[in-house]
Amino acid sequence: MAVRLRVIIPHLVLLLFAVIFLFPFVWLVMTSLKTPEEILEFPPSIFPETFQWSNYKEALSAIPFTRYMMNTFLICMVNIIGQLFSAPLVAYSISRIPWKGRNIIFTIVVATMILPAQVQMIPQYIIFTKLGWVNTIMPLTIGAFFGAPFFIFLLRQFLLGVPTELSEAAKIDGASELRIYVKIIMPILKPALATVALFSFVWSYVDFMGPLIYLNDSAKWTITVGLQSFQQDHGAQWEKLMAASTIMAIPMILIYFFGQKYFMKSGSALTGFK
Amino acid sequence: MKVTTAANQRKRVSGWSRKERHYVFLGLAFASPWIIGFLAFTVYPFFGSLYLSLTEYDLFSPPKWVGLQNYKLIFADDRFYKSLGNTFFMAFISVPITLAVSLLIAMMLNFKVKGINYYRTIFYLPSVIPIVASALLWTWMLNPDFGLVNMALRTLGLTDPAWLLDPRYTKPSLILMSLWGSGAGALIFLAALQGVPRQYYEAAQVDGANWWYRFWKITVPALSPIILFQLIMGLIGAFQIFTESYILAGGKVDGSGSLGGPEQSLLFYAVNLYQEAFVFLKMGYASALAWILFIIVLLITFILLKTSGRWVYYGGD
Repeated sequence: MAVRLRVIIPHLVLLLFAVIFLFPFVWLVMTSLKTPEEILEFPPSIFPETFQWSNYKEALSAIPFTRYMMNTFLICMVNIIGQLFSAPLVAYSISRIPWKGRNIIFTIVVATMILPAQVQMIPQYIIFTKLGWVNTIMPLTIGAFFGAPFFIFLLRQFLLGVPTELSEAAKIDGASELRIYVKIIMPILKPALATVALFSFVWSYVDFMGPLIYLNDSAKWTITVGLQSFQQDHGAQWEKLMAASTIMAIPMILIYFFGQKYFMKSGSALTGFK
Repeated sequence: MKVTTAANQRKRVSGWSRKERHYVFLGLAFASPWIIGFLAFTVYPFFGSLYLSLTEYDLFSPPKWVGLQNYKLIFADDRFYKSLGNTFFMAFISVPITLAVSLLIAMMLNFKVKGINYYRTIFYLPSVIPIVASALLWTWMLNPDFGLVNMALRTLGLTDPAWLLDPRYTKPSLILMSLWGSGAGALIFLAALQGVPRQYYEAAQVDGANWWYRFWKITVPALSPIILFQLIMGLIGAFQIFTESYILAGGKVDGSGSLGGPEQSLLFYAVNLYQEAFVFLKMGYASALAWILFIIVLLITFILLKTSGRWVYYGGD
């Protein structure tokens, strides 16, 4: 009996919390399929009488959804390219090249993680204004080409675990550092690079403040700003708002299901932070 | 022979051998993307904002030097104190609550039962929902008349607050929302928990230590470095809360209208700063706000790191 309880109780606890964590999703989707009358019923029922799939069609046509999505995906892609180019280069420099100064660089990289973005925000805005980049994707993507501190940190952790013998052997054969980086290190880094690409995508996709500040022209808006404006114009139409929110969440949920192991990996990499 | 001597001489002057210089060149070359970005988009703006904080600047006419006037104005501004108070509430009340709940969930997810991976997936899922979408969802869930939360509370016979309309409940609403996303922190704790040697627990169990004792004497000390890390990151995050407040308070895309919610109860530091800079175009004033923020964050981090020696344990190595 005691043994059985030891199995049942954890399951019950987990199940209870799982229901609490899942219910908002259920509520989101069910609300998005209700009629305006059903929405304002009290007490509300969980399931709609009939599923109003037309809510989705109406939500999609109420704002230029496809355009916002395309704008967002473009920014996401450019950011991924930028991070994949620069973050591993920097991580390689501070973990595999034995040079004086690499510890200084690493310390500054970590220190910038605690620097509030607000401190640089205003001069950056002025720089981008002077360059004529406001209302373009440049301010939202250029930073990626310099490598985000978090990714540099993550890749460094990963590289420290790669045995040096691998590159030593190539060096004896006369391979240059760049060649070793491209031919040996990059292929080994693949799983870590996938994590970088994934997080880079997620960050760009969910960013709200950046597009809010830099994109004035509504044709250039990303989905986050577009959805926010939709809320303003359709505040009372909860069913459409929930339909739009569901569509916005779908790419993130898909990415999570297909890339789960990479999300987990960043968790364990961070625990090495001592 | 003479040539070698000269070469040696040169070597000694620079202090670096050929090999060392080669590595420094390579190291700098590989790190150059970050170095350039750091100089152009961190160092320059960092000092730029310090300079701007001593000026009056509206983007259209050149900055006008005003000395410390912006700082004087800030310390006489009610909105500054209001936003600082709200932000401190989130940093020192919401962050510890969220961390504690994350740790609790991590311990649950560490149960050795079948299907635990499914639970992990479910608990993490809310963290991947874009803040804009989840804030909209919670605005609806917390609707005082038709919201799910109040329906549940009424069924249980409890009071049903007006949540986002009642200044006393707007911040608890935000805490509720952040608890829903606490799975991300839980996963980091979980990874750390799995690194705690089982022998510690087994030894304690043999000695007859109860659950509570094992939690405080083994789990918390073993996790203390990661608790410190999450605490610092959480505090820094709390000082930059923006999107949640913007959506929950129904801010307009052009920045006009109500930012900050009922009785400014959701006016956070970053929201105030955004409004001063990008809505009122008071770039100098906002830069001064940014510098005060920087000093506060720096102080808190410094105090945490200094005092952490008393409660953070770094492995037995």
